[in-house]
Amino acid sequence: MRYAMAIDTKKCVGCSDCVVACQIENNVPTGYCRDWVTETVYGSYPQLELELRSERCNHCDNAPCVRCCPTGASHIVEGGVVLVEASKCIGCGACIESCPYDARFSHPDGYVDKCTFCIHRVRKGLEPACVAACPTKCMYFGDLDDPSSDISKMLKNRKYKVLAPEAGTKPQVYYLI
Amino acid sequence: MATRRDFIKISALGIGSATLGAGAFNLLKGANLRAVPATTGAFARYPTYCEVCFWKCAGWSYVDEKGKLLKLEGHPDDPHCNGRLCPRGTGGVGMYYDEDRLTTPLIRVEENGEQSFRKASWDEALGLVADKMREIAGQYGPESIALFNHGSSGHYFTHLLKAFGSGNIVAPSYAQCRGPREAGWIATFGTSVGSPEPTDIRDTRCLVLIGSHIGENMHNNQVQEMSDAIDNGADIITVDPRYSTAASKSRYWLPIKPATDLALLLAWMHVIVYEELYDKDYVERYTYGFDQLKQHLRRMTPEWAYGITTIKPQDIRETARLMASAAPATIVHPGRHVTWYGDDTQRSRAIAILNALLGSWGRRGGFYFPESVKVPEFPSPEYPAPKWSWQDTLDGRYPLANLGVTNTVIEASIPGNDRDARVKGWLVTGTNLPLSIPEKAKLEEAMQALSLLVVTDTMPMEITGYADVVLPECTYLERYDELRTSPHREPYLALRMPAVQPTGDSKPAWWITKKLGEKLGLGDYFPFEEYTEVLDWQLKQVGSSLEEMQKIGVKQFPRKTPLYLKDGEPFAFRTGTGKIELYATSLEKYGFDPLPNYTAHPEPPENYYRLNYGRAPMHTFSRTANNPNLTDIMEENKLWVNPKVAKIWGLKNDQEVWLKNQDGIVTTFPIKVRITERIRWDSVYMVHGFGHSRKELTRSFGKGASDSEMITRPMTDPIMGGTGMRGNFVTFLFEKPEKAVES
Repeated sequence: MRYAMAIDTKKCVGCSDCVVACQIENNVPTGYCRDWVTETVYGSYPQLELELRSERCNHCDNAPCVRCCPTGASHIVEGGVVLVEASKCIGCGACIESCPYDARFSHPDGYVDKCTFCIHRVRKGLEPACVAACPTKCMYFGDLDDPSSDISKMLKNRKYKVLAPEAGTKPQVYYLI
Repeated sequence: MATRRDFIKISALGIGSATLGAGAFNLLKGANLRAVPATTGAFARYPTYCEVCFWKCAGWSYVDEKGKLLKLEGHPDDPHCNGRLCPRGTGGVGMYYDEDRLTTPLIRVEENGEQSFRKASWDEALGLVADKMREIAGQYGPESIALFNHGSSGHYFTHLLKAFGSGNIVAPSYAQCRGPREAGWIATFGTSVGSPEPTDIRDTRCLVLIGSHIGENMHNNQVQEMSDAIDNGADIITVDPRYSTAASKSRYWLPIKPATDLALLLAWMHVIVYEELYDKDYVERYTYGFDQLKQHLRRMTPEWAYGITTIKPQDIRETARLMASAAPATIVHPGRHVTWYGDDTQRSRAIAILNALLGSWGRRGGFYFPESVKVPEFPSPEYPAPKWSWQDTLDGRYPLANLGVTNTVIEASIPGNDRDARVKGWLVTGTNLPLSIPEKAKLEEAMQALSLLVVTDTMPMEITGYADVVLPECTYLERYDELRTSPHREPYLALRMPAVQPTGDSKPAWWITKKLGEKLGLGDYFPFEEYTEVLDWQLKQVGSSLEEMQKIGVKQFPRKTPLYLKDGEPFAFRTGTGKIELYATSLEKYGFDPLPNYTAHPEPPENYYRLNYGRAPMHTFSRTANNPNLTDIMEENKLWVNPKVAKIWGLKNDQEVWLKNQDGIVTTFPIKVRITERIRWDSVYMVHGFGHSRKELTRSFGKGASDSEMITRPMTDPIMGGTGMRGNFVTFLFEKPEKAVES
């Protein structure tokens, strides 16, 4: 089993519902976020292109944050999901430095926090909160090892990219382009 | 006697200062609102429909075992949202938890020349309002009290005011927003567009957006259907001087010179008519005035429009042919906020005519015929007939206004040289007039002249700073409300019921108006104790019940009429000729152009830029600017500036500037610059609804600038009174102006 997310940049309107839904679902304190939206503009007026991306932890196959964690707080569970065990985390910040996606932050309660792919929901058969809320249905979550899953089909039929491939982290959030 | 009103912005609560929702504040700010994520455990859920905007998506409010509100989710059966709320709907919990909410009635008092609010009981506050209303009515008649409204609470206040004997009922959603479109549609199709717009985007093959930025406006099911249309390979054509989100999803983006849209529309029609691309059978069968239209368009070629719009003739032809090839599954979207340049009814007419030529009205993939459930009104005595109404404030102007015009009622509240003001008191509910009405000076003059100003709101918005009495309404999550009956492809009903108890001493509008009605001797108009009696009675009339709706939230009913026109079906349109009027006899009758014409609008003077404004997906006008969840995503608006302009002025990203408009008016607050290629060099852009000036709005006070403040020169539509607001020009100031806000 390999959980992954694919996000269709052709449909995303950058509304940030994914961010609001995540903050409420996961009780992320005000001023922090586990996911966020970026806007990149290419070209100059009027020859323009715009890419909107909902970004988060990439739950990398080759996760530097897990390798560098001195206490084992950062760990990998079923489907390759990268989690932080708050009680084991000493807040040293090594993982924050190691992440090429800037996906982790120091929670005011003294541990490092980030996207969990809403594993608590996934274990109950629900989609991650961001995916469930998205009005444009531009986000797909599922098991890449299952060829019949929506995400497997999307990645088979569409052009896609990942972020910072040069970092060699094998990220598992894909952007359909 | 007119009351002199100081805008109360500091030390709002004088005597007997109230504790404003301190409990909720602590809950929210605590790092752990809940120890566990929201979906673990079995939580109670209650049906509601959203009030963060007018789309009114149905959803479920989730409450934990201690009765705390956790989250909101869309209702899967609701066609407005299909189970997915937008960021504002998801963040609707913030409306409940906002620690700045109004939680107690307030009465303006003056002590030692200093005005402030003091806390009052409902009995005292409503007693004061009723006495004052009776006093004004005794002297000037009940008609001299007007209502300004928006949103669900408007329903109850409308009932109250009509029972009181006044028909002076207006809303900025008409003359400051979609009025021209409704007037243009009525003149053409004999019916208004209505809300939600019956655009069949789901099945369209070509979606044409003219200044309508779906995706930045989160009109939920339209955004969803545009996404479906992208999946289905539909073509999108976007006309916008700004590279909007929708423009970035489009096959064609036409970066039009601002204020020239009508020329493009006419050139499109020219191509479609003269290349004979129109739906001949449809035009023959259903329309009136094709020959006049053809004659009218003969010189309006793409080459003619190129000189005006800067859009290349080839692009005009290609896009016209594209929309014709997809017809009738083509939608030229009527837009929503269409009060731009004062000839907006004519521009809306052009859009309506274009749709008629394409045969898209009443066709699959074009516009469907919406249907709603007809729920009978709860029995109540007949309203007395007012002796005069908002129509009389038009003074012979704006003959095709089909709803009340805010600006004329505001004018009628200002004493003239030769006459007293006709309107003496305002009830305002759910609308923050200082951030929605142009010409702030005139608005303030009117408010200063009033004998009574009563404001009902959930938040201490700017308008409350002018009130004599402030009535705190509880949020939509804390109350029952009237059934949502909005029309759609299938008729639906949606129920709103409370998930949590009202915060502090806030109350639902049905309760406020009932109690006020009773004090006014109008108790017969409110023959119920609880609003649930009304809802249950109404639901039983249509074969449901409150008990059923509390369980299911949303209920679908069968359609009684067809969704689309059948091929060749005879159809009587509610116009003078019974046809779709390409040539508008109603406009001709009042001396207006029966066929739309392009007229040039003022250009920015040297060193000034046209001020454009619009929406952000995470905010609804000024209503959400203090919402803790939504300010966390976007806490201020920024001024979009083209890099060329930034270079000329030496502007840097996030640099604060004040704006000065063509009339020398300067923004109260500075706004940060955002340098972006997405905007032309002749205009600047900001999201509407920021620049709040009441300190009680602790998160939004002084964040960003108010576009409304800069709109001192509206261009008024002579047909229906809409205030065109895109003809104001601004320049940059680098220093804090002397007349800055006291802080």
